[in-house]
Amino acid sequence: MKMSKSLERWSPFILLAIILLLWQFVVMLFSIPDYIFPSPWQIAQQFVEFSGPLLEAAWKTFWVTMLGFALAIVVGVLLGFLVGSSRTAYAALYPLLVAFNAVPKAAVVPILVVWFGIGLGPGVLTAFLISFFPITVNIATGLATLEPELEDVLRVLGAHRWDVLVKVGLPRSMPYFYGSLKIAITLAFVGTVLAEMTAGDSGIGYLMQTAGSQQRMPLAFAGLVTIGAMAMAMYEFFSWIEKRTTGWAHRGSNAT
Amino acid sequence: MSGGPSAGPPQAGPHPLGGSTDVPGGRGAPSPRPFVDFDKVWLAYNEDLLAQGTFAVEDISLQLQEGEFIAIVGPSGCGKSTFMKLTTGLKMPSRGSIHIGGQPVTGPLKISGMAFQAPSLLPWRTTIDNVLLPLEIVEPYRSNFKSKRREYEAKARDLLKSVGLGGYEDKFPWQLSGGMQQRASICRALVHEPKMLLLDEPFGALDAFTREELWCTLRDLQAAQKFNVILVTHDLRESVFLADTVYVMSRSPGRIVVQRQIDLPRPRDLEITYTPAFTDIVHELRGHIGAIRKVGVAVPQ
Repeated sequence: MKMSKSLERWSPFILLAIILLLWQFVVMLFSIPDYIFPSPWQIAQQFVEFSGPLLEAAWKTFWVTMLGFALAIVVGVLLGFLVGSSRTAYAALYPLLVAFNAVPKAAVVPILVVWFGIGLGPGVLTAFLISFFPITVNIATGLATLEPELEDVLRVLGAHRWDVLVKVGLPRSMPYFYGSLKIAITLAFVGTVLAEMTAGDSGIGYLMQTAGSQQRMPLAFAGLVTIGAMAMAMYEFFSWIEKRTTGWAHRGSNAT
Repeated sequence: MSGGPSAGPPQAGPHPLGGSTDVPGGRGAPSPRPFVDFDKVWLAYNEDLLAQGTFAVEDISLQLQEGEFIAIVGPSGCGKSTFMKLTTGLKMPSRGSIHIGGQPVTGPLKISGMAFQAPSLLPWRTTIDNVLLPLEIVEPYRSNFKSKRREYEAKARDLLKSVGLGGYEDKFPWQLSGGMQQRASICRALVHEPKMLLLDEPFGALDAFTREELWCTLRDLQAAQKFNVILVTHDLRESVFLADTVYVMSRSPGRIVVQRQIDLPRPRDLEITYTPAFTDIVHELRGHIGAIRKVGVAVPQ
């Protein structure tokens, strides 16, 4: 029992180690050149050698992503509130939102570059555009799926729409909201890197693009790993907040 | 559990529509002015249905005396829930008129409390906070909720204790059993001391033993506080055990086909449900429902 518990906790690390070992082994066995497929060891060496530039690029990417993500939270929550609380707004906005979400963001970046030039603007905006949709949908779902009986109970008491939204709707949609943050933050990183690769002058995306064009595959891979690690860390951060604030919605796993 | 009148007599509260309480001699012999008065009420849910002449309920006329407990039984889809919406003022009749407490119903009636088959407690609030929710919304409690919270909380705790939920006030709903959640839901409906309690199949999802326990809880609450109850149910035994008057409704269109006075003496004990007098009434009402069914089949679709 105790054994399997600790196995469960360490399982991601064990799996990672196995994959890395296997990867290293395959690369060495077939002696694949590093400009095609670098081994973990070579990537690790790049980390040490280029730790300065990598850190700087990671920091840049991180806060561009955070800016876009913050924007996505504000806009996403407001839109979700609007769409979830009014039938008319739902009917009017939802199809447009879906259509907008289906547009490949890679196609939008060049347009943003024309409008905002090379630099911060496109990165922040792409991160925002790619990540606000799940937040909107989840807030709207939380608000729209109120039990009609409960609404009746409150309306009889003279509750206004606003009362019902604030006392019931918003708390109810919080688990959906935090769930969507976890998804949105990983998407936001994708958006930033996308913009940096097509039209950036700094950040991990730019670094990878440059490294790739110079056939320095190990460095490009180091950039990939950096992005992955950052997204994972932020995901864990938000799921920690989620557990702390909306424990009532996850009672199955940590019931008292 | 038949405990004290925890939340005080209903007329003690400052009710927005409390005017009717000062009618002298309102209880006992047939009062000149009924508390709830449905006069030939018809309801179609929207304009189209009204134009087609499709009504959810038709020609409902009934009167409730102050403190009376009535039950409405009928097959599903007979407009029982519509009846509740009319009584609480959430829906306005298409034809006819409804007077409650001597005044025409023009909007949501704050003097009523509602509970449904699903307890629909808020999972992020403790039981006590769930019960207090109405006080955060309804006037006059709303405006002084913050300053008088302590007093209201004590009252709500007494109410919870009186239905056997003492010691569970600070638990979350998911930590309670189904029957306990339903008790809490009924407390939520009663916390603002309504003059009218509307219950829509409140015990439908419970097992038979828990259901009978809750019958007694409701019986005792009503005996202590003398509020009106309108109980919508499928269960004939439930309606006969609890109500003063049982109305049988027919299926679409919803009409009241039978009104049956239940003269069994109060207080009624669960044992009474096994007496011939009781089963005779249940049987008789069952006969009416059976008759409706047959007629329903005969009507060509």
